[in-house]
Amino acid sequence: MSTNNSKDVLIEVKGLKKHYAGKKSLFGRSQQVVRAVDDVSFTIHRGETFGLVGESGCGKSTTGRSIVRLHDVTDGEIWFDGHNVARMNERQLKPFRKRMQTIFQDPYSSLNPGMNVAQLISEPMDIHRQGTKAEQRDRVLALLDKVGMKAEHANRYPHEFSGGQRQRISIARALSVQPEFVMCDEPISALDVSVQAQVVNMLEDLQAELGLTYLFIAHDLSMVRHISNRIGVMYMGKLVELAPSDELYKRPAHPYTQALLAAIPHPDPKQEMQPPPILEGELPSPLSMAVGCSFASRCPYATERCRKETPVWREIAPQHYASCHLHEA
Amino acid sequence: MNALKLRQVVAQFKHQKLAIAALVVLLVFTLASIFAFLSPYDPNKLVVTERLQSPSATHWFGTDDHGRDYLSRALYGGRVSLSVGFLSMIIAVGIGTTVGTISGYFGGWVDNVLMRMVDVLMSIPSFFLMLILNAYLKPGITTIIVIIGMLSWMNIARIVRAETLSVKEREYVLYARVSGQSTFNIIVKHIVPSMMPTIIVAATISIASSIMMESSLSFLGLGIQPPNSSWGSMLNSAQGYIGDAPYMALFPGFLILLTVLSFNFLGDVLRTAFEPKANRK
Repeated sequence: MSTNNSKDVLIEVKGLKKHYAGKKSLFGRSQQVVRAVDDVSFTIHRGETFGLVGESGCGKSTTGRSIVRLHDVTDGEIWFDGHNVARMNERQLKPFRKRMQTIFQDPYSSLNPGMNVAQLISEPMDIHRQGTKAEQRDRVLALLDKVGMKAEHANRYPHEFSGGQRQRISIARALSVQPEFVMCDEPISALDVSVQAQVVNMLEDLQAELGLTYLFIAHDLSMVRHISNRIGVMYMGKLVELAPSDELYKRPAHPYTQALLAAIPHPDPKQEMQPPPILEGELPSPLSMAVGCSFASRCPYATERCRKETPVWREIAPQHYASCHLHEA
Repeated sequence: MNALKLRQVVAQFKHQKLAIAALVVLLVFTLASIFAFLSPYDPNKLVVTERLQSPSATHWFGTDDHGRDYLSRALYGGRVSLSVGFLSMIIAVGIGTTVGTISGYFGGWVDNVLMRMVDVLMSIPSFFLMLILNAYLKPGITTIIVIIGMLSWMNIARIVRAETLSVKEREYVLYARVSGQSTFNIIVKHIVPSMMPTIIVAATISIASSIMMESSLSFLGLGIQPPNSSWGSMLNSAQGYIGDAPYMALFPGFLILLTVLSFNFLGDVLRTAFEPKANRK
């Protein structure tokens, strides 16, 4: 793990919002809005791995997909190496699409079943008109070697490979155009535990070799700790805590982070089991215009104030940010 | 379409004897109508002395009310029926796939406009529309192909649209989008190839219904014009002699029946073959 603490910022997200229009009523236009991502800000330094965790539907994938501009954003700025990509149209985005690549979650749906491995890996090179056919072929073979696959795999089709191998193909594809930033949208969630470790180690090796920057989205905290330099925790479309990974695991500040960490199963069966504090209460509807802290309905420490007043984002320790009333100076 | 799909199809055909029979029937009919010129009789030559002869060694299918060899007429008629079925299917699949993918991929108002257009076209009884159009246009084989093609793409458009909606959310399409692939290339390289099985099945069924439509139009005297024949127009001329010469109705009737049935069987088997889990025995 490279602990690059330089202030060289590659990506800066400022006040990112992504709202989806909910149901319209039959008459009139009273529209409900789903706030998938609501005012999220963070920075990713060059060469680091930024982990983003949270439960299903918390907006972590939407945040990642907004950065690589899979969809338009409702509001906010996304600065990539000094350029605001949030409002760019497809033509302006094209050079950035080469520098930002993506690895998706599902190894069974992220590779077109009708294309062979060589075609899959050279697709980004085709899009960005890199190299002749022969050069592309050489690059495909070099990449296959880099991700631990054989040259003879180049002419095979995705259905002939296991999940882990497919994910390696996805990685090779993402690397074919020499990106600086790779958005990994739950790249290991669909894999077996043994294979997860292989893929994560490979991602780390590649990062060290090529100086890549990762945004690593996951819901499994144990793996995220291993790979990330800093971790952001999301809840209901908002960032609730952000800290260097060791700090976050040793001193989780937000009650939600504490609950998430308590839910990690311990690998030693002999150790005395403490019943983890299970979160109670319901997730509030993302439609409702919440007043106060969005976690108040499930928080064991919630006070009257939490239900009325929205907590502000503050630095509670060096490099450690959280939004919770419990941690006011 | 890839090797895996092809192997599934072959495996499915091996299981289904009926499908092989259908394939053989269609192959025989196609070859027969292609090589119809080998027949010793001119399909349009009138021999008044030999009218209404029953099937015999010289005239296998007998002769019609003008003394023309009925087998030759059936073979040349098959040319018309099969080519109308095939070519109007091409038109229908072309329009249906284009409209369906555009509608499904872009969504929003584009989808609304196109699908309402489909609704309107589907709510007009297309047979009557065809009759009216036929009355204004010069009758002939080209006219009939174009009319049938233009009026039978709506179902294909709907199926393709529904499929596009699901394919466009697959991660390889999302990946192509975030990699900067152009919309046209995404549709041509990723979406349409993924839908090939569905399109092939729809096309097979579409041939069957086009042949039916052509036969109906020709039966009403609006399709192929005399002295040329098609299976539908042969049924028409058989009407008056149904008591004296029932074979005149039976031969073209069976040919239509067998062809349409075979195409429908084929469509069914292909559908089963392309659905990997469903209906496997």
